[in-house]
Amino acid sequence: MSQINDKILLTEKKNGVGIITLNRPDKLNSFNDELSFQLQDALKEMEKDKEVKAIILTGSGRGFCAGQDLQSRSIAQEMGQKPSLGDSIRRRYNPIVTKLRRMEKPIIAAVNGVAAGAGASLAFACDFRIITDKVAFIQSFTKVGLIPDSGATFILPRLIGATKAFDLMLSADKLTAQEAFDLGVINKVVDEADLMTTATALAERLAQGPTKAFALTKRAINKAIFDDLEELLEYEATLQEIAGRSEDFEEGVKAFVEKRPPQYKGK
Amino acid sequence: MRMTTTTMTYTNILVEKQETSPGSGIYIGLVALNRPSALNALNNHLMQELVEAMQAFDKDDTVRAIVLSGSERAFAAGADIKEMADETTVSIMSKDNFATWDRVKAVKKPIVAAVSGFALGGGCELMMMCDMIVASETAQFGQPEVNIGVIPGAGGTQRLTHALGKYKAMEIILTGRPMTANEALQAGLVNKVVPVELYLEEAKNLAIQIASKSPVATQLAKEAILKAFDGSLDDGLRFERKNFYMLFSSEDQKEGMKAFMEKRKAKFVGR
Repeated sequence: MSQINDKILLTEKKNGVGIITLNRPDKLNSFNDELSFQLQDALKEMEKDKEVKAIILTGSGRGFCAGQDLQSRSIAQEMGQKPSLGDSIRRRYNPIVTKLRRMEKPIIAAVNGVAAGAGASLAFACDFRIITDKVAFIQSFTKVGLIPDSGATFILPRLIGATKAFDLMLSADKLTAQEAFDLGVINKVVDEADLMTTATALAERLAQGPTKAFALTKRAINKAIFDDLEELLEYEATLQEIAGRSEDFEEGVKAFVEKRPPQYKGK
Repeated sequence: MRMTTTTMTYTNILVEKQETSPGSGIYIGLVALNRPSALNALNNHLMQELVEAMQAFDKDDTVRAIVLSGSERAFAAGADIKEMADETTVSIMSKDNFATWDRVKAVKKPIVAAVSGFALGGGCELMMMCDMIVASETAQFGQPEVNIGVIPGAGGTQRLTHALGKYKAMEIILTGRPMTANEALQAGLVNKVVPVELYLEEAKNLAIQIASKSPVATQLAKEAILKAFDGSLDDGLRFERKNFYMLFSSEDQKEGMKAFMEKRKAKFVGR
């Protein structure tokens, strides 16, 4: 698959709407270090930009975001030495989740394809989710011996209930577009061709609304269900640090790279 | 509408008086740090103006309480590092600029700090010299001096320790890390945390509430509470008792107790 652009993150601004596009289509827009830092910067800029009143987060190509790029250099390096997944999450993913929640502008995830691992977490951290009928969300973390991160351990249970969330996390089963819609965490399921027009129409409508009241409403919802956001993200990073030191994680990544089933020991 | 009057012109601060209710003749004094280009870094000139303004309010009988604020972005980001980067031990001791800071401590009227954004280093120390602290949800507190090879020099090691206790104060001062508004609230450093749109108004409301009491009583109470931070408990208790007895020579005590027995609101005259 050829890259349509050299840049791994695209931003544009139109009619009061900021659009951020993850742009590593040949890697299903999975995160390497660089992409996570660029996303942090893009969100910061759009928060500051007074002309941006609503934001769309989407991906290019056939995936939304496959989460951590397990083959990216940094993880390989981290594997070589003592891996510190906790620190990696604190530096790379947690600031993104914090910004998505704390920024007082509505953020729409326009989910164009599979959202796995941290990719699913980010979609769930947004305020709106508009998806195509081909989308699936996968809590893929436990497949490689990790815990769900980037807020998934508390955002998902708060959105769909702990029973279903725990099931999805341990099975790493796909949550299909229809199932997700039935669980009430999707605003709209549309045809692939209509995704961006639908998301843009919603964003432009929001941008023309009483944005101060929208901002205060988001603040109130954050207070009601995400007041402990920073504390729980930190706790999740600490637990991921533990999981990252396990033999199971080492085996999980090895098996993934070697494309064979992993042999876990539970430690 | 409340009356506000501008009293004097300063370069680094904005000073106003606000009447607590129309026609009451009772005011709160407002001082706002105003060096936006430097995130209200506290240089010597600013501190002199600040002390001057506070002392003027202290002498003004119509002013009953003072609100000290910065901007939404920064209460004060610290002392002015540029000003002292090249000092030596001898030169900085002989200039003794902190002597100006110490005069804030001598202000008799209650001071409410209205804090949003950064309250770091000298900014945090100035804030802790105030008597009450109302913070916005976006406020950040800390003593980052160790990051530049020094320690707090305007009371931080003492006042933060009084507020947080030894262990938390050690962590904050020795790591230099900032605290969020919620952490500061839980740790007992601030009185109240409110949305950023309202922090100044909340601080003024607190000051207005205090302004409705007898100023003789509120000032002697402030003095006695501050006494709790130096000397022994016995000294503090004796000091408190003395101030308590002293109030029985005020008209406000007679009026206050009489009004209480007659089940009406007291009219304090400030004598």
